Amino acid sequence: MNPDNNTVLHIADVHKSFGGLHALSDIDLSVKEGTTHAIIGPNGAGKSTLLNVCIGRLIPDRGAIIFDGEELTGKSPHEINQAGVARVFQTPEIFTELSVLENVIVPILSKKDGSYRFNPMKNLKQRKDAYDEAMHLIEDVGLSPSDPSGSLSRGDKRRLELAMCLSQHPRLLLLDEPTAGMSRHDTNSTIELLKKIKERGMTKVVIEHDMHVVFSLADRISVLAEGRIIADGTPEEVKNSAVVQEAYLGG
Amino acid sequence: MLSKKIANSELAIMLIFSAVVLTMPIWLAPIGAGYPDLLQKFAIFGLFAIGYNILFGMTGYLSFGHAAFLGVGSYAAVWSFKLLTMNVLPAVLFGVLFSGAFAFLIGYVSLRRSGIYFSILTLAFAQMSYNLAYSVLTPITNGETGLQLTNKDPRIIDSLLSSEPVIGLPSTVLFGIKMSGYSGFYFCAVVLILGFFIALRISRSPFGLVLKGIKSNQTRMKFTGFNTRPYMITAFVISGMYAGLAGSLMAVTDPLAGAERMQWTASGEVVLMTILGGVGTLIGPVLGAGLIKYFENIFSAFNDRALHELFAFLPDGVENLFVTIVSPFVGEGWHLTLGVLFMIIIVFLPGGIIQGIERINNRFFKKSSSAKSDSNES
Repeated sequence: MNPDNNTVLHIADVHKSFGGLHALSDIDLSVKEGTTHAIIGPNGAGKSTLLNVCIGRLIPDRGAIIFDGEELTGKSPHEINQAGVARVFQTPEIFTELSVLENVIVPILSKKDGSYRFNPMKNLKQRKDAYDEAMHLIEDVGLSPSDPSGSLSRGDKRRLELAMCLSQHPRLLLLDEPTAGMSRHDTNSTIELLKKIKERGMTKVVIEHDMHVVFSLADRISVLAEGRIIADGTPEEVKNSAVVQEAYLGG
Repeated sequence: MLSKKIANSELAIMLIFSAVVLTMPIWLAPIGAGYPDLLQKFAIFGLFAIGYNILFGMTGYLSFGHAAFLGVGSYAAVWSFKLLTMNVLPAVLFGVLFSGAFAFLIGYVSLRRSGIYFSILTLAFAQMSYNLAYSVLTPITNGETGLQLTNKDPRIIDSLLSSEPVIGLPSTVLFGIKMSGYSGFYFCAVVLILGFFIALRISRSPFGLVLKGIKSNQTRMKFTGFNTRPYMITAFVISGMYAGLAGSLMAVTDPLAGAERMQWTASGEVVLMTILGGVGTLIGPVLGAGLIKYFENIFSAFNDRALHELFAFLPDGVENLFVTIVSPFVGEGWHLTLGVLFMIIIVFLPGGIIQGIERINNRFFKKSSSAKSDSNES
């Protein structure tokens, strides 16, 4: 697969093993600008490992992660985030001691303050732009800003984490099972929210078990099994692929 | 709503805090704490605890070695008295600068680890500093005897300004005002108020929010684009500078410095103060420091004779029994009382005194205020 001009993320021949286990073998994947790319596969197929490699939590044994023409391999997580990659985790990673509003303000500060800025005498309230933007996003995901985030339901925590990632305006958003543990109703509202983001032209990579979510969002699907990509194509192609049927969908 | 806004405004907080601190000699007198020595301790340890809370309370990193910075601050201040001048301002300045630099070195290494490993590293560094101050560094620290003023000290600036021979040991001054007794307390009190103001600003700044984010979820901070290490080092250095400031104030009120100031018990004490008052709150550490120093003063002053006098109204046998039970908890053994107090607080009020105050506040005032707002709405 040759990356063309539209490619935002290119995962080039990435290999990662833990001891004798080949978690990822020769993964080669291109994600086009503005698309939603779903990665599906059975448990233990290496989906989360793949995302961990992309955000710098793990360093691949071989291969490279190229984002927007720039190699990310070996960079630290905060540099990768600053380059424009944000991630929603499988178990929501939020600031449980802070309020919903503060949770969203922190990532907004990151663009200017991320690498380091010493401003202990400045009042946070002077960052009116950050406040306004945070309030707007919180409204978008349907939360109330003054709530303590620690007592939110799991679904709400996920929505909050999504709002935190969106507040950074990343070029690439990685979502690890964004609807896991959500009710049908919450799942549908999350799908609507993700569709709305798509209109803004943000590129997304989604790991998902729920086929309803996958087929209503994805432009392209890659199927991962035992650390290898066994199929890659449009939702229609993947749905009809005999290999996939056998390995995953119902075989 | 309006009263809440006023209560949250910086000016109101600072005015109330300043008024309370500056009138301490008056309102602490009835409980026997209105004398300068103890008041100075309140201010100095309050400052130490405020600074410690910037690290422990805001970032969640538990340092067991902050006494080292206290000691460095004291030594630097005494050297300033010996070499330069008896004026306290340079002494305080050098105390803060040297402890800040020292904190940078220790923080740079210790902050490579987090959690328990960080705590152990800081403890190890502080104990190393203590032992070095006791032995190898005797030329600087004067070892066991401790660093003191002598008549042979050069005091370059003072001797340039005045040719009058000083009889006996000079005392610390702020442009002519002797820094002992009440003037010493007021100097410490003003520094405490300044220190409190800076801590207040930090906690409300973007920088402070980043520190709270690190405490809450460092993983999220990293994947949100924050380079957490320089932030942590800054927090560590700031709290080290506060400790150095407290140490230099100790030297201001009593110009000598000993290695025991760096011992781990002193590091542990500030942890107790912070937890006792309320970790992560602004005023809590000051309250904790005051409470511990007050109790230390009361309980350590008791001896067996005082106890016998206290229980004299009881029949002889009962009196002796009471004295036997109570005596291990007072005098030298007052740490036993501190231990019991600490356990009670941890078990029943993990949020410290501040949590206790909040509970009382909720029980007695919230009900009535919510009833009021209900009636307003209807």
